[in-house]
Amino acid sequence: MTTTAGTTTAGTTTAGTAVAEPVRSDRTAALADRLRRAVGTERVLTDRTQVRTYECDGLANFKVTPAIVVLAESRQHVVDTVRLCAEAGVPFVARGSGTGLSGGALPSADGVLLVLSRLRTLSPVDADNRQVTVEPGVINLWVTRDAAPHDLAYAPDPSSQLVCSIGGNVAENAGGAHCLKYGFTVNHVLGAEVVLPDGEVVHLGGRAPEHPGYDLLGAFIGSEGTLGVATELTLRLIRVPEAVQTMLVGYSSVEDAAGTVSDIIAAGILPAAVEMMDALAIEAAEAAVSCGYPEGAVAVLVIELDGPRVEVEAQFAQVEEIARARNAFETRIAADDAERALMWKGRKSAFAAVGRISPSYFVQDGVIPRTKLPEVLTEMKRMADEKGLRVANVFHAGDGNLHPLVLFDDAVEGQAHEAEELAGDILELCVTSGGSITGEHGVGSEKRMKMAKQFTPEDLDTMQLLRCAFDPDGIANPGKVFPTPRLCGERPGVRKGEHPVQAAGLGEVF
Amino acid sequence: MTAVTAARRPGDAGDAVGGVVPREVVRPGTVEEVAEVLRAAAAEGRAVVPVGGRSKLTWAAPPESCDLLVDLTGLDRVVEHVAGDLTVVAEAGVRLADLQAQVGEAGQLLGLDPPEDGATLGGIVSANASGPRRLRYGTTRDLLIGITVVLADGTVAHAGGKVVKNVAGYDLGKLFTGAHGTLGVVASTTWRLHPVPPARRVVTLEVPDAAAAGPLSIALARSTLTPSAVELVGSAGGAARLIVLFESIAESVAGQARAAVALLGGGEESEDLPGDLGRRPGGADDVLLRLAYAPASLSAVLAALPAGTAVAAHAATGVSYAAVPAAEAADALPRLRAALAPHDGTAVVLRAPEAVRDSLDHWGPVGDSLDLMRRVKERFDPERRMSPGRFVGGV
Repeated sequence: MTTTAGTTTAGTTTAGTAVAEPVRSDRTAALADRLRRAVGTERVLTDRTQVRTYECDGLANFKVTPAIVVLAESRQHVVDTVRLCAEAGVPFVARGSGTGLSGGALPSADGVLLVLSRLRTLSPVDADNRQVTVEPGVINLWVTRDAAPHDLAYAPDPSSQLVCSIGGNVAENAGGAHCLKYGFTVNHVLGAEVVLPDGEVVHLGGRAPEHPGYDLLGAFIGSEGTLGVATELTLRLIRVPEAVQTMLVGYSSVEDAAGTVSDIIAAGILPAAVEMMDALAIEAAEAAVSCGYPEGAVAVLVIELDGPRVEVEAQFAQVEEIARARNAFETRIAADDAERALMWKGRKSAFAAVGRISPSYFVQDGVIPRTKLPEVLTEMKRMADEKGLRVANVFHAGDGNLHPLVLFDDAVEGQAHEAEELAGDILELCVTSGGSITGEHGVGSEKRMKMAKQFTPEDLDTMQLLRCAFDPDGIANPGKVFPTPRLCGERPGVRKGEHPVQAAGLGEVF
Repeated sequence: MTAVTAARRPGDAGDAVGGVVPREVVRPGTVEEVAEVLRAAAAEGRAVVPVGGRSKLTWAAPPESCDLLVDLTGLDRVVEHVAGDLTVVAEAGVRLADLQAQVGEAGQLLGLDPPEDGATLGGIVSANASGPRRLRYGTTRDLLIGITVVLADGTVAHAGGKVVKNVAGYDLGKLFTGAHGTLGVVASTTWRLHPVPPARRVVTLEVPDAAAAGPLSIALARSTLTPSAVELVGSAGGAARLIVLFESIAESVAGQARAAVALLGGGEESEDLPGDLGRRPGGADDVLLRLAYAPASLSAVLAALPAGTAVAAHAATGVSYAAVPAAEAADALPRLRAALAPHDGTAVVLRAPEAVRDSLDHWGPVGDSLDLMRRVKERFDPERRMSPGRFVGGV
């Protein structure tokens, strides 16, 4: 059995190192020929300058040039590519829009990068069932665009929704600002057509809410491309709420902002979104998009409620009262969609905006229990001060999902390394606070070594059982998610009849 | 020989699972004891069936064998309830009703309301049981944020965590949801909670023909109303009640109930929950089926049932329960499955009188992922000792 794929890590690099070169071999050359015959010459790239376009995803400090790139335009192209990879024992990595922030679509140097962004068909919206079926390359925002005439919407709204693909969202179980109330991608995907790593096509879930058998759809979503490639997805749509109200609240202390979030939850209110930014993040957003956030604010909250009008109006007034009691010095209420958009603009542009106030930065993604927010922020500040670095904080405060942005200057000797270390320490702080190393960006290449901080070897081995059932040869996105590669061994045999211990007359412990 | 400290006794007729009497029953009190029991069972090659409150033992095919019944009701601790985080960690043997009472003191609830009396959290996860409020809160897959399982060889594994938002690693909680004990034992569970809504309003509309509820349910689902549940109780081809439940602040439920009456063209408003809300239809002489289908096909599903079949439908979600008289079940089931197929529909037998139990195909067709499911089973339980034969395709 060929198991080289499972141990191929030659391509993975650490931050700051040079781009790993593609590994050209007779094996990949022969595979490229077979791929050209199967899917068409124009859809198979091996030219070095062409394949370099795909050397990284949204995590640009990890780069690997793939040996072969396939630009799939149909399900059959995906099936052919995966089957030929399986036959050749060559790894493949699926890629959508390439906006992922954990290096989940980082290519294998000796493998195939399977680009799905040309699979962009949306079926007509099924308004009565509140569903729509789409191909994986469809852009997130297109789904809501098509659903809008039916007063429907697709709930998951990652900040990258203008460009990110549904297939990538499914791989990473993408979240967004509104998942506090509406949940994540996994709560909004009803069915998937999946090409397994041996080329077999299966249908998981469907149009009905339940099906007999294991919830393999639930396990597949968020598996970061390690269990197969989705070629079609059926999405659940939500009714657009009758009313939406958004407020922007300024505070003189982070504690008061965090306290407001706790008090809202304690009052039994479930907002559609509660977002928080600290002074440094506000400064960056102002510099970038002039969003007009309250002057002198040490922290701001963007709070959005949605639902039936009477409910939103009553609870909105209650939230205003809570904010006032927590010393909010300015509360603005969006009068219309344009004002709401401006409030969100500052928040959604925050990552990129940090580029205005720092030459370089690491985006981090960790989760803590919401109640630990004040103490974790204090500790984070202490850790940053110790290293002489600045951390801007942008987060989904309602569900404890932090996005600390660690600022640094490449030109200063050793600072990138210090910043990377701090980013790592912040993740460990999240774990020791009872949280997680990732809330929505995924483990990918970046955090696989951190998995051992959150899970025991037994936990990880048990997860690998699932991977081995889907991908015994370890060719689907190898080197991601798990800290160490693992060979699956032969498919276990099914023992029939009496167990040998019983047959021997033993087995009377009980 | 491996020492097992957990309390144990010989099995008797009262312990039977689908007519199969276990040789022995063991009642561990901790996750570690569950692991110890499963290690010992592995050493001896024993077939194991885990049970909780035993309220849904019929919800799967009978096991091919059961050497050891693992009774999880000894794992009955609510480990940690953090009200400010709206999360709770509770062992598998905790009864749902007890958990609701405890988190209810903080004005919170777990958004699951399957009607089976005495159901435990582990059993609800393993059977993927749900009730009327699934429309609002979803089901186990939407609310379970962390899990501890014990595998067939005694390995203790965790997945997920204690935070609502978390994408680190595979979500084994989803895999164990609805797996009916065939992959291992669910030992502990962590859940997302919701605030208890302060007010309630119920709108009840009598319809002369249950099928009329189909278009009304679609209209409700496409409206801006946010009911917690839309239930249809009645009989296929006969009269029925459509019950729409609103739970929120007082101003909201009053306004929404008025709007619902206008949308439905009638209906009585009340503050009281109907006593039979969510109750599974039929009696001991019936075959109880769970039907799942694309949500807008409720009328077609009702038309496919034998006339007079007692039905309780979660009308806006695509899940119904139907009670078919035992004598008709063998004929009706294949016809029903064929009629449901165009709606991505399936029919699963949840309960059947003993006389017909073994003649029915409990699960029905599974589709093209059955072989993959078998491969998952082989990896988790290569010796095929965990609840053998209870699941789809003989898994």
